[in-house]
Amino acid sequence: MALSNIFETPAPGFNFDNTARNAALEGLFDGGKTPKPMKTGTTIAGVVFKDGVVLGADTRATSDEVVADKMCAKIHYIAPNIYCCGAGTAADTEKTTDLLSSNLTIFSLNSGRNPRVVMAVNILQDMLYRYRGQIGANLILGGVDCTGNHLYTVGPYGDVDKVPYLSMGSGDLAALGILEDGFKPDLELEPAKELVRAAIQAGIMNDLGSGNNIDICVITKQGVDYIRPYQESQYKDNRKMKYKYRPGTTPVLTEKVVPLKLEVVQETVQKMETA
Amino acid sequence: MEKHCTDSRVKGVSTGTTILAAIFDGGVVIGSDSRASMGGEYVSSKTINKVIQVHDRIFCCMAGSLADAQAVIKAAKFHLSFHSVQMESPPQVIAAASVLKDLCYKNKDELQAGFLTAGWDKKNGPQVYVVSLGGMLISQQVTIGGSGSTYIYGYVDAKYKPNMTKEECLQFATNALALAMGRDNVSGGVAHLVVITEKGVEHVVVPGDKLPKFHDE
Repeated sequence: MALSNIFETPAPGFNFDNTARNAALEGLFDGGKTPKPMKTGTTIAGVVFKDGVVLGADTRATSDEVVADKMCAKIHYIAPNIYCCGAGTAADTEKTTDLLSSNLTIFSLNSGRNPRVVMAVNILQDMLYRYRGQIGANLILGGVDCTGNHLYTVGPYGDVDKVPYLSMGSGDLAALGILEDGFKPDLELEPAKELVRAAIQAGIMNDLGSGNNIDICVITKQGVDYIRPYQESQYKDNRKMKYKYRPGTTPVLTEKVVPLKLEVVQETVQKMETA
Repeated sequence: MEKHCTDSRVKGVSTGTTILAAIFDGGVVIGSDSRASMGGEYVSSKTINKVIQVHDRIFCCMAGSLADAQAVIKAAKFHLSFHSVQMESPPQVIAAASVLKDLCYKNKDELQAGFLTAGWDKKNGPQVYVVSLGGMLISQQVTIGGSGSTYIYGYVDAKYKPNMTKEECLQFATNALALAMGRDNVSGGVAHLVVITEKGVEHVVVPGDKLPKFHDE
């Protein structure tokens, strides 16, 4: 445990301190109307195929009914051989995966070994369980390590499941239909990519919270192929004209230059030891 | 995820389940279904593993909140392995059950998880223990748990006999799970069974379509 968690060494056993804090927070808002965080309203999917794992995601981030980001990246880097798709609260998935990635890098440097997918899953499970569902992160972790190709799902309460194919997010049921129909064990690379693309496409077509482009990430023993975007939205509009103004568009009538007189008041020298 | 979580008391994924354990002549059978649900209307996993090995000859079945149960079992596995290193011998089945009981009892306000522990040890042979939601620990010859267990109390009371053979006990367990899965909406999938004896551990998985069929099916 000292190998990976540098900033926080959790006390052994269960720690339910946050339940008291959560109860107090709920009491602060009268009527129980807590402010709603921005959710990614997403379709993400993952499939294990013969030589590795394919992860896919849409690229729309919504803030209620407005599309806040048309090209948001939902497939996060965890380690050179492990990537993670995140659904739920955008800030939570971003920070949780960043924290996990940092801890795994420290672990790699300390132990001299590449991280295993199951280790990433365990660290995530411990952290999300400790926060009792208050971190709204639904994650699909996929990766290839010395023990094989793995795909895991981690829920916000800290429950873990190891699966051959999976979809999450608001468009998960639409994508799951495609996956249930088309999945076979030991698919080749191209059919696997096509299956994930079709699953995300179903999510985009049938869910209002998902849309725009499709990102695909293929992880194999040889390396990672992060294709962003794999498929662009067919409904992309082109800008009708250029909105940049040439220098000289606005004529200059008069020009006045006033030099500022500066004098040195105080000088301090700080020695730096670079031995 | 709001559309999935409705008014189920368990927040997040629940194992809403059927689990059972029974002692036969020379060993013990422990088994469960494989469905994980959210809110009583969405099956979040058809193939979740609820029978977890906590030591060489000791297995546990989980019921209740999946997150809580997985976290408790993780802690229990660590404690048992440490205990076994300190004692320089395999732990007794009651040790595994006690570790689970301790965690469930001390954190009863925050946890929603119950367990069945079954195994074989040199001192007392095959044993089955139940750790309920609040942290009660009792030992029984045969026991069932989870939401689907209500439908098979009659079957278990009528059909269980002490000192059955391994095959009879396996058939009894398969039938019981099949009956419960047939009536309980939050139990289903495949039947996971594990047979633990002095000689070793044997996994039996019965896919949904190979389960015994009863009248009206």
